[in-house]
Amino acid sequence: MNWRSIWAIARKDLKEVRQNKAAWAPAIVVPLMFAIIMPLVFIILPQVIPVEDVEREMGDIATLLKNMPPTLKMIFDGKSLEQMFVIYMAGFMLAPMFLVMPLMFSSVVGSDSFVGERERKTMEALLYAPTSDMELFLGKVLAAVLPAIGLSWMTYMVYIVVVNVASFNLFGGIWFPLASWWPMMFWLTPALAVLGISATVLVSSRVKTFMEAYQLSGSLVVLVLALVVGQVTGVLFLGIGTALVIGAVIWLVDAALIYISVKKFKRSSLIARL
Amino acid sequence: MTQPVIEVTKLERAFGANRAVDGMTFDVEPGEVFGLLGPNGAGKTTTVRLLNGILPPSGGTMRVFGLDPATQGELVRKQTGVLTETPSHYERLSARENLEFFGTLAEIPKQALGSRVLKILSFFGLESRANDKVETYSKGMKQRLALARALVHEPPLLFLDEPTSGLDPEAAQQVNDLIASLSRRSGQTVVLATHNLLDAQRLCDRVAILNKGRILALGSLKELSRKLWPVTWVDITLFNGTSAESASASIKALGGVRQVTAEKESLAIQVEAEEVIPQVVSALARENIPMLKVNPRAYTLEDIYFALQAGEG
Repeated sequence: MNWRSIWAIARKDLKEVRQNKAAWAPAIVVPLMFAIIMPLVFIILPQVIPVEDVEREMGDIATLLKNMPPTLKMIFDGKSLEQMFVIYMAGFMLAPMFLVMPLMFSSVVGSDSFVGERERKTMEALLYAPTSDMELFLGKVLAAVLPAIGLSWMTYMVYIVVVNVASFNLFGGIWFPLASWWPMMFWLTPALAVLGISATVLVSSRVKTFMEAYQLSGSLVVLVLALVVGQVTGVLFLGIGTALVIGAVIWLVDAALIYISVKKFKRSSLIARL
Repeated sequence: MTQPVIEVTKLERAFGANRAVDGMTFDVEPGEVFGLLGPNGAGKTTTVRLLNGILPPSGGTMRVFGLDPATQGELVRKQTGVLTETPSHYERLSARENLEFFGTLAEIPKQALGSRVLKILSFFGLESRANDKVETYSKGMKQRLALARALVHEPPLLFLDEPTSGLDPEAAQQVNDLIASLSRRSGQTVVLATHNLLDAQRLCDRVAILNKGRILALGSLKELSRKLWPVTWVDITLFNGTSAESASASIKALGGVRQVTAEKESLAIQVEAEEVIPQVVSALARENIPMLKVNPRAYTLEDIYFALQAGEG
């Protein structure tokens, strides 16, 4: 395995996608909104609106808290109404939104790299390079996965800083991230980044344009939205155990998809699609 | 005896019912410019892909530098450079970035990469635009960059698929000059896949004329002319007022002369071989028949190509 070639392919793909602002800008801007604007709204809101409104809102939340596993409920013990509201919104409700980032970013880069390259007719010259099919595949996968994870982690850091700074007075110290965020960051996020790219590779053999590939693989976001709905309805809470289990399932799916992708990623079939 | 760079025996490649390459057999010797000529769909590009291990064959054998491209594709591609028919570049990157990328994949050592890229950019006259994005280049510049990409790792074997396609005459001339100089100066073996017969005649030592995946004829221009037209014609124009009819009598009996047609001041003489022509001229001179012009008929690749394709059609 020639790692110099693999990194060269990954670097080249990233340089290329960096120039395609229309592709990556929405994938970065939206999560940044979740990292900065949304927490500010949810943290500042209970401090400026009348207490009765917060109480009414908390009445709804209280029903949801009933369904919460005792381990998660402990977090709310002894907290004021405002604090409970902020923990609930910033610590739970917004959490799944951050999982959109690795999925979307790896889909964008993957679509540009696997389908965009074919669309721009640059694939043929690449196939004539003295690299193996596996090196070519790995280079393209790394170009999508590594920045997806890196950018997600950066967004988490921004969010952690924003939440703690904005709610410092309310809590009198640093309280975030909650324990459940650690598996989300280091277990679920990489799993979703790999899911995004492996789905894109499979989709890439059936579509002709970058946009088609992006839209198809991007539709995986529905999975993440299911988590949001789960939490809002109180059916599913993103605690440590849940994050670990969901992560494990996604990693298994990743392994299966990557296995199929590697089998399918052959020069002879790639050239036939040009 | 040196080993051929390329050895192909009964090579086949089918796509469903379509036999894109149908039993081709040919060799390419080191340092020669070998042409694969034929109309679109003749199997030129598929042959290039097979020889580089991009496509597996359906049958037959092939060796490039003694390696089997189907199983040793990476090793073969380390020694080949390919100019594809549609030489697209990473347009959002600069020419230098494009070449550095392909140079890295071709395993040019890191410390030599920068200077090698600059050297080749300067050879192709692109040095001053090295850091400009390729999307700002003209079509001719892009074609030169594509050639530079194929050559950046100094491969001993070069495949050029329609290298002058879509270029204006000036740019096409530049590219052809470069190809000619590659073989002459650095002894590179070149396989030229084209349907441009003038380019092929000018550049190729030998050609394989293809149609529907099969080789119709193989050899140098001279060999192919001889094969198609085993006799040679020479046209002689006599000096003003000299009767061709009377002149014909003095050469009809010469050995090697097969047929003489006289018309006004012109003679059309069919001889067995070119070597007979000086004897014909000497015989006419001995008889004091004044000659204005002696013109052995030369066949172009175009004549050969169309004669063969017509025979197929």
